[in-house]
Amino acid sequence: MSPVFERRITMHIVTSLLAGLVFGFGLILSGMADAAKVLGFLDLAGAWDPSLALVMGGAIAVGLPAFALSRRRSVSLLGAPMRLPTARAIDRRVVGGSVLFGIGWGIAGFCPGPALVALGMGLAPALIFVAAMVAGMGVFALLEKGGHDDPRR
Amino acid sequence: MTIDWQHFTPWSALGGGALIGLAAAMFVLLNGRIAGISGVLGGLLNPTRGDIGWRIAFVAGLVGAPLAYRLFGALPVLHIDAGTGALLLAGLLVGVGTRYGAGCTSGHGVCGLSRLSPRSLAATLVFMGAGFATVFVARHVAGV
Repeated sequence: MSPVFERRITMHIVTSLLAGLVFGFGLILSGMADAAKVLGFLDLAGAWDPSLALVMGGAIAVGLPAFALSRRRSVSLLGAPMRLPTARAIDRRVVGGSVLFGIGWGIAGFCPGPALVALGMGLAPALIFVAAMVAGMGVFALLEKGGHDDPRR
Repeated sequence: MTIDWQHFTPWSALGGGALIGLAAAMFVLLNGRIAGISGVLGGLLNPTRGDIGWRIAFVAGLVGAPLAYRLFGALPVLHIDAGTGALLLAGLLVGVGTRYGAGCTSGHGVCGLSRLSPRSLAATLVFMGAGFATVFVARHVAGV
């Protein structure tokens, strides 16, 4: 490996850590790390807390120009290849998987990001959820071995 | 529908959301990748060469965020009401579902909608609909 290439990989790891940190700050500040607040959004028939919709709105407002710019580039600002999803099909996998995800989200109020942040606060219920979630991802990895394909995300 | 004004936090929601968008923007512009948490984490379970370090770093950033957050202010108290059985079932469903569905609230919801992807819009509508239905059944039909 050339020194330039190695430095580039180190840089990618640093920016990855930073992105994870900023993402986590956003989840904490927005209240989305709190499972009860998320369930307050999902409970349309009860006392409804619309906060999650504004979180999505705020995130998309910042994301839109960034992704518009990314579409016009073939490499990132750090020289990494752009790996944007290429899959377009709205098939049984996407719909069925999203149904299962939504049911699980509605049961506990956790999706993957907030669960990892809650885990970082040392909360035992978050540990239980994350362990089961990783096991579920492991089931996919076992059944779909070799079919792993990054750009599908 | 009644709005829960006591718990509605529009400004911190918008501000926190903007930070989440900033993280996704940084990640795509610097690393050329989608900040989808289920994909970043799930990819660790069948990793390819040179593909592990940045994934671990991103997850470490998320898990380490509360620790770093304390440098700036007090952490909020989190409320998790689900019991052990419910947490296990929910975790399994979220793990399997996000991998087959190829994304979660971040990958489809934030990044996908920012990319104006019809597939991500469909996925987001489906998992939100399933979430609404599940909470409706749990709270207003089964009465849990």
